[in-house]
Amino acid sequence: MSHPTDLRYTNDHEWLRAEGGKATVGITHFAVEQLGDITLIELPAVGAAVTKGTRFGTVESVKSVSDLYAPISGTVVAVNGALKDRPELVNEGPYADGWMITIEPTNAGEVEELLTAAAYGELLASQA
Amino acid sequence: MSDAPRKRTPLWDLHRQAGARLIDFGGWDMPVQYKAGTIKEHKAVREAVGLFDVSHMGEATLKGPRASEAVALLATNDVAGAPAGKAVYTLLCRPGGGIVDDCIFYKRADDHYDVIVNASNTAKDLAWMRECVGSIVPVDDHSDETALIAVQGPKAVALVDALAGGGLAAMGSFTFTDATIAGVRCMAARTGYTGEDGFELACANAEAPRLWTALMDAATPLCGLPIGLGARDTLRLESRLPLYGNDLDDTTTPLEAGLGWAVKLDRHAFLGKDALVAQKARGLTRTLTGFRIDGRAIARHGYNVVDRSAADPVIGTVTSGGPGISVAGSIGLAYVSPAVAAAGTLTIDCRGTDVAATVVKGKFYRRPGA
Repeated sequence: MSHPTDLRYTNDHEWLRAEGGKATVGITHFAVEQLGDITLIELPAVGAAVTKGTRFGTVESVKSVSDLYAPISGTVVAVNGALKDRPELVNEGPYADGWMITIEPTNAGEVEELLTAAAYGELLASQA
Repeated sequence: MSDAPRKRTPLWDLHRQAGARLIDFGGWDMPVQYKAGTIKEHKAVREAVGLFDVSHMGEATLKGPRASEAVALLATNDVAGAPAGKAVYTLLCRPGGGIVDDCIFYKRADDHYDVIVNASNTAKDLAWMRECVGSIVPVDDHSDETALIAVQGPKAVALVDALAGGGLAAMGSFTFTDATIAGVRCMAARTGYTGEDGFELACANAEAPRLWTALMDAATPLCGLPIGLGARDTLRLESRLPLYGNDLDDTTTPLEAGLGWAVKLDRHAFLGKDALVAQKARGLTRTLTGFRIDGRAIARHGYNVVDRSAADPVIGTVTSGGPGISVAGSIGLAYVSPAVAAAGTLTIDCRGTDVAATVVKGKFYRRPGA
């Protein structure tokens, strides 16, 4: 399975797209494959503060429930409201319509601490 | 995690080719889902037909002049009193009433019974049967030579019947017969674990890929799919069929689990009978209770049922839970006291959030016409 080369990644299988001083976050194709069909996604409200490495939401699938961890600290400036009624968008396009939140970073330098696409590829290879 | 290689069914290569995601299930490398995913697989079984590889289940034969005496002792249901050709769901209980396993016996004759047991319990069950009745009848294990394929859904019976050249559609529920299906010798039972009509077909390992391929070729034009363990679980839960290891275990009794219909306290003597008679006279302290949560929150296995006004707020435990796919809301089963069940509402601690649930009597899903 491929993962986009222009994103950054976490060990928990979240992705982050840094654009125009903001960062959009979702979960990777690998995470989606592990979860199976997603039935419920709980996300914070716009304006909420998130802290790097701590829980910001929950994904329920048919088989399991998983926490979402913030890749960086900051303030939530956008939430993908479509996921409330159509959580399957994450299964269908984890890097596109399945995005979850956009964060205004407290410290833009935290982005550089995340895994590069190459490093994430190595992580996936080690878990295969 | 064990380093032992996972066991493979004879259909493992076909599952891989079909794009199955394989997981460890009790030491077996089993499909949890195929490419379609659990929800589409579930719907295929409700609306068309699905094929399940359940070859990991255990198969044994009890054959000998005292076989009926042996199964009467082991089984809570009246297996020995059933006519030949009947498949009988039963519990195996310990003397204290705890459930060793739930299983189906197939009565071929008064001196010949086959039995199919849960995969994860096969070794335990065979040891239990041999310990209890091994001195009066041999318990022959065929698990390693036998494949089992379930064909389930509204289009299942016609599909299997056509591949058998007719004769199977007239079979009654919970009966079985030997048949040749797509050229493969099978034991065909009108049974299943989905709430749908259909068959479970047992055959020799070597023949299983040929049978599976023939069934799949016939199912595909009917919008049929191969079905993984994920949908097997959502299907059985909607139909309120218990799962050993979740809803049943060595500490629960059939009466607590709502399986009293499979316990014949007024007929034969069996292991656990005295304890179950006493429990019935005493009254139950807990009962397996169905519930529905409006909305999408899911109460999963192990979550607590709570009463925040009580000194000890934990008043029960969820044993199974998942999203309703053919029914609204999310659904589950929990052990609570009969008084709590009768009150009609439950509060469940879903990862730190108290969620209200409504008690549901009977099956969550009932197929049209059933």
